[in-house]
Amino acid sequence: MYSKTVMDHFMNPRNVGEIENPDGVGEVGNPVCGDIMKIFLKIDDNRITDAKFKTFGCGAAIASSSMATELIKGKSLEEAWEVTNKAVAEALEGLPPIKMHCSVLAEEGIHKAINDYRIRHNLPPWEEKAHAHHDEKEDCGCTTCNTG
Amino acid sequence: MEDRQLVYMDHAATTAVDPEIVQAMVPYLHNHFGNPSSIYSIAREAKEAVDSARVKVAAALGAKPDEIFFTSGGTESDNWAIKGVAYANRKRGDHLITSKIEHHAVLHTCQYLEKQGFRVTYLPVDQYGLVDPGELERSITDTTTLVSVMYANNEIGTIEPVKELASITHEHGAYFHTDAVQAVGHIPVSVDSTGVDLLSLSGHKFNGPKGTGALYIRKGIRIDNILHGGGQERNRRAGTENLAGIVGTGKAIELATTGIEEKGARIRAMRDRLISGIQGSIPHTRLNGHPSLRLPGNLNISFDFIEGESMLLLLDSFGICASTGSACTSDSLEPSHVLLATGLPAETAHGSLRLTLDVENTDEEVDYVLLTLAKVVGRLREMSPLGKPAT
Repeated sequence: MYSKTVMDHFMNPRNVGEIENPDGVGEVGNPVCGDIMKIFLKIDDNRITDAKFKTFGCGAAIASSSMATELIKGKSLEEAWEVTNKAVAEALEGLPPIKMHCSVLAEEGIHKAINDYRIRHNLPPWEEKAHAHHDEKEDCGCTTCNTG
Repeated sequence: MEDRQLVYMDHAATTAVDPEIVQAMVPYLHNHFGNPSSIYSIAREAKEAVDSARVKVAAALGAKPDEIFFTSGGTESDNWAIKGVAYANRKRGDHLITSKIEHHAVLHTCQYLEKQGFRVTYLPVDQYGLVDPGELERSITDTTTLVSVMYANNEIGTIEPVKELASITHEHGAYFHTDAVQAVGHIPVSVDSTGVDLLSLSGHKFNGPKGTGALYIRKGIRIDNILHGGGQERNRRAGTENLAGIVGTGKAIELATTGIEEKGARIRAMRDRLISGIQGSIPHTRLNGHPSLRLPGNLNISFDFIEGESMLLLLDSFGICASTGSACTSDSLEPSHVLLATGLPAETAHGSLRLTLDVENTDEEVDYVLLTLAKVVGRLREMSPLGKPAT
């Protein structure tokens, strides 16, 4: 049911762990729904120099965390902000429809971590697109969508 | 990677057809392919084979052969028992009782009947998954026509007090059905000592072929047909018989119930070693289901801080086939309705693992699973933001 890339990022996840004295941290998800993602960022001169994650969740959640942290490393905060859940899913060579919410969590986690950094530096937080994934044709199955 | 062995510990999902059973089936796919309803010689052989399988199934349950009706499996048997009794007795009452931890073949059938105007009570269970006979006593009324409670649960293995439940049901003039799909072939099941009126079983749960099951219907029970057509199964279940499947199920139930206590004891010993091994080597676990009133091969344990699907994927990479109650392997967002009904918090239900053993499992496999599981749980806990990274 999972693509080769998803399985690769699940079996050999990149960037697992925590960053000591991170510049931004974002935690999203809910244990009741079966997934929590915590993203840690090291930011130097507006650029993400390191990204790590800790995730409680299914194979797709772990693979999405791994891929998302790979995608944002080295990017400016503006560029990283534009990494959508779709981009994460595409980089993973697709996710089953019911697992799309895992890529949404990754996008939201990155946004939360970036805004955490901005708030720490007395910068106004950027607007988080809570329902960015609603453009998707399929119901992603996430609680955000289902509880409306 | 070191030698990858395959360890199958998901026997509650399905089992492999025993070679001896395959051998018994093959002639009925080819030489004795006749339609049991025809009158020439190869058809008579087919008819005799069906009758002989019926005798075997009846003997295994302590029933009479003419109380056994072959079906396409557990789901059809459950549908038939519940819809058939509900409709045939509708004038007498419109109330059905079942439990919250039934298989979906029962639950979804009951939900369908609710849409048709029936009323259904879903009995709660305690922390071990046991239905309280007192609850049944309080819920049953004069309009109740059927009570359906499973013999043993498929996820947590809890064995229900069906004898007591059937007796209460009968005191109120209703029929008692039990989904015994997980019990038959694994623990001794007797329709007479339990007093059940209807019982569902499925061949592929005890090394028989998929697509064949049976419904036991006690003589004199008022029940409608749900499959209409030809006069097969004494005008009760239309459709040309699944000849080879029926032969296979007959052979399988005969083999499964031979020495069932001894086999059960061997399986239980391996299962118990797994449980104590896990509890001894991995902290933050919870055994789901009843400590003693459970199927010999069933083990269901929740691991805190991790999620079941990722556990299954990692175990699979080590050649271990298992199952989970996490939502993430199903098409819904809800974790197992069975685990939630026992009061388990959703986050704990997501981290549940079910291993179901059978006689073909070995002590070496138990050792291998114990070793591998500790690695897998440790690795996922390292990755988890929850709890302390205990290994």
